Amino acid sequence: MSLLAVEGLTKHFTARGGVVRAVDGLDFTVRAGQTLGLVGESGCGKTTTGRMLVRLLEPTGGRIVFEDRDITHLGRRAMRPLRQDLQIIFQDPYATLNPRHTVGRIVAMPLTVNGTRPPGGVKKRVQELLELVGLNPEHYNRYPHEFSGGQRQRVGIARALALRPKLIVADEPVSALDVSIQAQVINLLRQLQRDLGLAFVFIAHDLAVVRHFCQRVAVMYLGRIVEIGERDEIYERPRHPYTRALLSAIPDVAKLGQSEGRIRLTGDVPTPMNPPSGCRFRTRCWKAQDICATEEPPLTAGVACHFPEPEGAP
Amino acid sequence: MRPVGDGPYLQVRDLRVRFDTEDGVVRAVDGVSFSVERGKTLGIVGESGSGKSVTSLAVLGLHDPKRAQVTGEILVGGRDIVGLAEEEVRRLRGRDMAMIFQDPLSALHPYYTVGRQIAEAYRVHHSGATRREARQRTVEMLGRVGIPQPERRADQYPHEFSGGMRQRAMIAMALINDPDLLIADEPTTALDVTVQAQILDLLGDLQDEFDSAIILITHDLGVVSQVADEVLVMYGGRVAEHGSAQRVLRQPQHPYTWGLLSSVPSLHGDADADLVPIRGNPPSLINLPPGCAFHPRCPHATDRSRVDVPELLPADEPSHLVACHLPEPDRLRLYQEAR
Repeated sequence: MSLLAVEGLTKHFTARGGVVRAVDGLDFTVRAGQTLGLVGESGCGKTTTGRMLVRLLEPTGGRIVFEDRDITHLGRRAMRPLRQDLQIIFQDPYATLNPRHTVGRIVAMPLTVNGTRPPGGVKKRVQELLELVGLNPEHYNRYPHEFSGGQRQRVGIARALALRPKLIVADEPVSALDVSIQAQVINLLRQLQRDLGLAFVFIAHDLAVVRHFCQRVAVMYLGRIVEIGERDEIYERPRHPYTRALLSAIPDVAKLGQSEGRIRLTGDVPTPMNPPSGCRFRTRCWKAQDICATEEPPLTAGVACHFPEPEGAP
Repeated sequence: MRPVGDGPYLQVRDLRVRFDTEDGVVRAVDGVSFSVERGKTLGIVGESGSGKSVTSLAVLGLHDPKRAQVTGEILVGGRDIVGLAEEEVRRLRGRDMAMIFQDPLSALHPYYTVGRQIAEAYRVHHSGATRREARQRTVEMLGRVGIPQPERRADQYPHEFSGGMRQRAMIAMALINDPDLLIADEPTTALDVTVQAQILDLLGDLQDEFDSAIILITHDLGVVSQVADEVLVMYGGRVAEHGSAQRVLRQPQHPYTWGLLSSVPSLHGDADADLVPIRGNPPSLINLPPGCAFHPRCPHATDRSRVDVPELLPADEPSHLVACHLPEPDRLRLYQEAR
C-alpha cells in the first residue's frame, strides 16, 4: 500500500494574459519510508506540486490520497490532525524562522499548536529534537540569528520532526547552503530517513544531490512527469531525451573538462502559459518527429516519449 | 588596446582589502597573488566569506575608497590600477576589462531597451561612433552571443527576455568593447543547468574568438572543472591552494580542497555512501581563527597550524602552490588514504 498516491494532480493559475498550467496532470505514489525525488528546471512545477501535497495550495484538479484518505479538498480544520503526519522543509531556513522567537519556541511550535503533550514535557522533547539534528540542546534559548545557515536548516528540520511525521516534503532544502555544509545536511537527512523510517518527497534542481538521497526519481518538464523510475534506472539508463540532456548538462568534477558524448539543448524552457502542443519537450528535442507535435505521449512504463531509448540501453 | 610587452595580462600581487567596521577590522582579502594570461581562464573557488568576490571587485577598482582600504598591486596590461584616479579606472573598466554578474536583471535597467543599454556601453568608450554605428555593433554582438532575431530583440526590454537570454545580453554588453579581461562572478548560478551548459560553452567560444583573459568566480567545482585552466582555492580571505586545474582537482594537496571535493555529490561513484563533509562552518572574517584559518575544521591540524599562518609554497611542481603546515609526503599519503 502506498502512503501517498497522486492522480491527475493539476494546478492552473490565472494570470494576466491567460492560464499558467503550472502542474498539468501528475501521477505518482510514495510508499512508507521511501524517498521520491522531484527534479526539473525552473517552471517545471516541482515546487507547486510540493505545496499542493502539504495543502498550502489548493489543487485545480486530480486527487491526493494520503493513507487511503482523499485529502485533496480538506479544509484547514480537517487538515489539522493530518499535519502531524505531513510536514514540509523549505529552501531558505531563515525566512521560515521567526527572528523574535527562541529556537526552543520555534521547534516547540508544532507541539503547542497541535496540543501535543509529549512524555517528559515539551522542553525535554525539544531538546531531544535539537540533539537528533546535531544541534547543542543547550542552545534552546538562542535566537535564529545566532546560528549559521546550515544550523538554521537543522532547526527547520527539527521543527518538521516534532510531531513524528510519516512524510516530509523537502523543497530545495540544501540549495542555499555552502558546499561543505550542504553535505552535512544531506548526510543528516539520510540518517534521519534510515533511523526514523521517514518518507520524503525531495524537490531539487540538482540531480547529483537527488542521487545521493532518493530511491526513486521523477523528472518533470513544464508541469508533466517525463520519466519516473528507480534511481539507478534514471541515472544509469535514462530513456527520455530530456533526462539524458539534463544529466549530460551537469558539469561533473570527475570529468574535468572532457566533453565527449555531451548533449546540448538549444533554447530555453517555453512558458507554461502556452506550452507546445503534443509533447512539451519537442521544441528542444533532437529526436522530434511530426507525431510529437500532434500527440502527447502518455507516461507508460515510466517514460513519456514517442521515441524513448530502449530499455537497458546505457 | 594591446599593451606592449609579454607576460600575463593581469597580475595581482599581495592584494589586501580591509574594511573598518563597527565590529572591528575585516581583512576580506589578505595577501592574494595571481596572474591570468590572455586566452586563459582562472577559476576562483570558495565558500561564503572566502573573499572571492571582494578580490574581483578590487581588480575592477569597484571598492569605495572611503570604506575599503586596498593595497598591493593590480597590474592590468602592465599598468597598476591601485591608487589610480577614479576617472582613469573608469576609462579602463568596460573597455579593457568587463564584468558579468550572477543576476543580469540587477545589471540591466528595466526602463531602457536592451539594445539601447548595450549601444550606450559602446558609445561611452567610442566617442566618435554615431548612433547608427553603435546600433549596428549592438545587433551584431547580440547575434554573436546566440540571441535569435537580434534586430528585433534589441528593441525589447529586459523583462521580455528569459533568464538565459538576459545573461546572453549581459555578456554581449560586457564584450561589446572587446575587453582583454572578463570577470564573471557566478555567471551561471541563477540559471537552469541546461542553460548553464549553453552559457559556459558560449564563454569558451567567445574566449577563443577574442583571446580574452577570464576570471571565473564560483562556488561550483563542477563548473570550474569544465572551464578553468588554473584554479585558486580561497579560504578566509587567503589562498589555500593554487595551480593548474589538473593538479588542484586531481592531485589536491590542501585538506580544505580535499574537503570541498568530497562534499560535492557526484553523478558517479557510490550513491549509497555518505558524503564526507567538512565539519563546522566557514569562519567569520571579523573573527578569523589564528594560524591557519582552516585549522578548527581540519582533521589534520598540528600545533603549529593553531599559531602560524602557513605560507603559500610550491609543492609537487613549481606552479602548484599550497598553504599548509603538513609536510608534503604526509599530504600525499593522507590524500591517498582518504580516497
